[in-house]
Amino acid sequence: MTFFTDFGRYLLMLKGMFSKPENHKMYWKEFMHQCSDIGIGSLGIVTIISFFIGAVSAVQTAYQLVSPIIPKETIAQIVRDTVILEFAPTLVCIVLAGVIGSKIASELGNMRVSEQIDALEIMGINTRAYLVMPKIAASLVTIPMLVVVSMVLGILGGRIAGVASGILSPEQFNKGLLSNFVPYNVTFALIKSYTFAFIISSIPAYFGYYVKGGALEIGRSSTKSVVVSCIMLLLADYVLTQVLLNPA
Amino acid sequence: MYFHNYIQQNTYTNNMIEFKNIFKQFDEKIVLNDVSHRMETGMCNLIIGTSGSGKTVLQKCLVGLIEPDKGEIDYDGNSFTDMSEEERKLLRQQIGMLFQGSALFDSMTVEQNVMFPLDMFSKLNGTEKLKRVNEVLERVNLVDANKKFPAEISGGMKKRVGIARAIVLNPKYLFCDEPNSGLDPQTSMVIDKLIYDITKEFNMTTVINTHDMNSVMEIGENILYMYMGQHEWSGNKQEIIFSKNERLNSFIFASEFLKDAKDMRMLEAKGKMDNDRNMDELLK
Ligand SMILES: Nc1ncnc2c1ncn2[C@@H]1O[C@H](COP(=O)(O)OP(=O)(O)OP(=O)(O)O)[C@@H](O)[C@H]1O
Ligand SMILES: [Mg+2]
Repeated sequence: MTFFTDFGRYLLMLKGMFSKPENHKMYWKEFMHQCSDIGIGSLGIVTIISFFIGAVSAVQTAYQLVSPIIPKETIAQIVRDTVILEFAPTLVCIVLAGVIGSKIASELGNMRVSEQIDALEIMGINTRAYLVMPKIAASLVTIPMLVVVSMVLGILGGRIAGVASGILSPEQFNKGLLSNFVPYNVTFALIKSYTFAFIISSIPAYFGYYVKGGALEIGRSSTKSVVVSCIMLLLADYVLTQVLLNPA
Repeated sequence: MYFHNYIQQNTYTNNMIEFKNIFKQFDEKIVLNDVSHRMETGMCNLIIGTSGSGKTVLQKCLVGLIEPDKGEIDYDGNSFTDMSEEERKLLRQQIGMLFQGSALFDSMTVEQNVMFPLDMFSKLNGTEKLKRVNEVLERVNLVDANKKFPAEISGGMKKRVGIARAIVLNPKYLFCDEPNSGLDPQTSMVIDKLIYDITKEFNMTTVINTHDMNSVMEIGENILYMYMGQHEWSGNKQEIIFSKNERLNSFIFASEFLKDAKDMRMLEAKGKMDNDRNMDELLK
């Protein structure tokens, strides 16, 4: 029952985001501010995790491919495809659900509890449009970019780790990287990123925007928002893979 | 006034806020129980009452931050209750509000806080906006704090920034929830006088929640006394001295000092009235 109430209110919040801005310049400023907060702010963590994800997947793939019949180049192929298909979009977005999600939920939650949202409302500002919409829009713009960066860094990480541990030579890696490349995989990964970006920004925004109580509830709702957005993200991941990547 | 022009002027004639039979209940607890009153234009309308009597909830109902369960609210004869979201938004651009907890934007400096409504709704340029901001900050006795963040200033200073932000657009309706709690008596007086002056100067409808007796006696032109969510008494600051309402008397004249002061005023008035023979009229 509470699920339906929540879901209805969530949809209403999304609907309420679309109204004529009171002042375009201020909305643009807020959007840019969020882009820098969400995009630039998560660049560091995305760089680090992508690099190591790539490195680990190179070493692990080599470990699993013990058969001498399989050429070394295959390792590069597998690293490329797993990074593009799954690691860069899904893993990065799960990490971002924690980083960005908790930030959005606690920022809005704090504004709600300290009546800053009421103060904006009373000035005649649609707070869903002014506070929530720029956050979701900024996520939709910057998170797919971060995922692309992550793809490149992940593959680079795999190359460096593979070469450094003597698994394969740089030439072998490059050769594998270029063979059997399916551009659709990148399209698929981007479709996933847009979906995930929407999930990990709108769900925490909902939890933060409608928080009730005090500081304790802000923490609780921000944790809850991260958990819920991670579950929804994995569910969406499964559904999208089933629908868009079905081999049958 | 140059900053008046960009605010949508309306054509209402009898400016006031009138509300009838307001009920509000949170779960089982009845917070407002059939409250009706009229807030007059060009006056400081006070809502007084003990802590928890429902002042804040009433004020928030009036501006629509809390939706009352029942009741009618009219702004200048236009039903606020029936207004659409958009219509309320337009009306709210003429409302200034000071929250009990100040509600400053904590990611912004004092100056940016006060400038925010101007940024959003005015067509002034940068220097004009800054000039206006400094003007209101000066009026609330707050200089040299422009570049500080809300976390770096005291509670009383926050209150004053909140007032500055509420009045920067010269609203038609001003709501203040305890504007001088946490202020020293002197600053308190300055704030009361400021609110009173701008109310007269711009013919605003000002609604103030307070339990500060100095304010009641200084600026109480139309006072609503709330008792456990109900309209218990209303009148002005002269009438309050002569009121025979037990609850009001024990609320207002709580200390021995104030009781004595009241008795003195009563005696004084009685002496005068005996001559005029219309004491009964005053002691209604
Ligand atoms: N959101 C809410 N949910 C449940 N109960 C509430 C809520 N807001 C207020 N109340 C209850 O309503 C009653 C009146 O509260 P209100 O804040 O209006 O008091 P007040 O007169 O402003 O008091 P004070 O002078 O201390 O500010 C209180 O008993 C409070 O517990
Ligand atoms: Mg209160």
